[in-house]
Amino acid sequence: MAYPAEYRYTREHEWIHLEGITGTIGITDYAQNSLGDIVFVDVPKVGDTVEQGKVFGSVESVKAVSDLYSPVSGMVTAVNEDLHDAPEKINHDAHGAWIIKVQMSHPSQTDALLSAEDYEKFISEESGH
Amino acid sequence: MSASPSAPTAAPALRKTALNPVHKKSCAKMVDFGGWDMPVEYSGLIAEHMAVRTRVGLFDVSHMGEIQLRGPQALEAVQLVSMNDALTLEDGQAQYSALLTPEGTFVDDILVYRFSPNDYLLVVNAGTRAKDFAWIKKHVQRFRCHAADYSDYYSQLAIQGPRALAVLQKLTNVKLDAIKNYRSVWGQVSGVHNVLISRTGYTGEDGFEIYIPSDETTGTRVWDEILEAGREFDILPCGLGARNTLRLEASMPLYGHEITEETNVFEAGLDRFCKLDKPEFIGQAALKSLKENGGAQRRLIGLEMVERGIAREGYSVSTPDGEHLGTVTSGSPAPFLKKNIALAYLPRAHGEVGEEMAISIREQKVRARVVAQPFYRRPKKQP
Repeated sequence: MAYPAEYRYTREHEWIHLEGITGTIGITDYAQNSLGDIVFVDVPKVGDTVEQGKVFGSVESVKAVSDLYSPVSGMVTAVNEDLHDAPEKINHDAHGAWIIKVQMSHPSQTDALLSAEDYEKFISEESGH
Repeated sequence: MSASPSAPTAAPALRKTALNPVHKKSCAKMVDFGGWDMPVEYSGLIAEHMAVRTRVGLFDVSHMGEIQLRGPQALEAVQLVSMNDALTLEDGQAQYSALLTPEGTFVDDILVYRFSPNDYLLVVNAGTRAKDFAWIKKHVQRFRCHAADYSDYYSQLAIQGPRALAVLQKLTNVKLDAIKNYRSVWGQVSGVHNVLISRTGYTGEDGFEIYIPSDETTGTRVWDEILEAGREFDILPCGLGARNTLRLEASMPLYGHEITEETNVFEAGLDRFCKLDKPEFIGQAALKSLKENGGAQRRLIGLEMVERGIAREGYSVSTPDGEHLGTVTSGSPAPFLKKNIALAYLPRAHGEVGEEMAISIREQKVRARVVAQPFYRRPKKQP
């Protein structure tokens, strides 16, 4: 699986696509594969604030609940409504099925995020392959 | 995202079934289940669940235990430790039962098979194998019989679903449709001459459980032949994930959740498998006393989520006003019913079908309602 080079990643398996001060956030293919069939996504509302490293919602598979950690701080400007009725879109296309969009309050926070190459190295170490 | 991958770490040796290499080769996601390295899913939990409900699925359940009781007083021994009445069994017949503590609570739930008047097989859960065997050995000492743990000699495969019979029939000359529910025969399957073929299962569908020798060669060959025979019906190998959602949807209890050493037979709703009037058995006195003194104070009930959310094990159940009533023992999405369901123990005064409940899900109160049991019952006539 090629991880989009233009995205940045966290060790909690979120990705963020940066365009100016807007960040589009989702979970990685590695994450959706670990989770299995996703049945529920719990998201904040437009206008809510999120904080880097803090829980902003959750993704549920049949078996388990998994917290979502925000890669950056800021204000939620959009929520992907498709995921309400079709959360399995994340399984089918994790890097395309975005969860929230955030207007970043501290754009320099992105320096702390992993590149695609670093993320791929991280997951290969984590899974022991 | 906080889910950790299910890849095995360098943990102390997990026990493996004979089919472990087959699961690894299929790239199954593996999980530590009570000390066993078991497949939790292969192609996807929902796909596997739906395969069993609509076609056929294959499970490796070799981690379960088989305890043989033999001898001229084997029946007396079974009758002492098991709450159901083994005297009613005919040769080849099985019954659902349980090993009880003297308090009338559960050591484990089991299946009891009679092969002949002096020969019984108790099939027990994987996680309680050692406990159950020690318990049985201790209590049958006084009888002229021998208890032996045969668990490591058998692999057990479950073929479940409306097409299960059709698939298995291709691999045996035994007339499978002559085997009624909860009956078994010994016969040849896939060239193995002495297979126990049992019309039982833990999915709520029709199906068979077969017991074969536990060597890797036999297990691999039989597994592959079943998958090949099932190809025309789109058979899927199924893991413990689907096994759990299937049994929950069919309202079947799981040891460690609905039935424990802290829950009694009446509150679990398993009265019909407990024959209080048969000769003395462990737990009988306590249950008789409980019955005379008002019966169970709480009952296991089924819930369905009304608002968006999934009730899971450990979540609190309360009245809509916030009075805490109980805790969810099992809960998950039900892939076939397309609802989110749960089981919980509630005080006897509550739990009437239709009653509104509130489940605490991450600090939110989400509405649910009590529904009739079982959540799912398979259609009488299969196409």
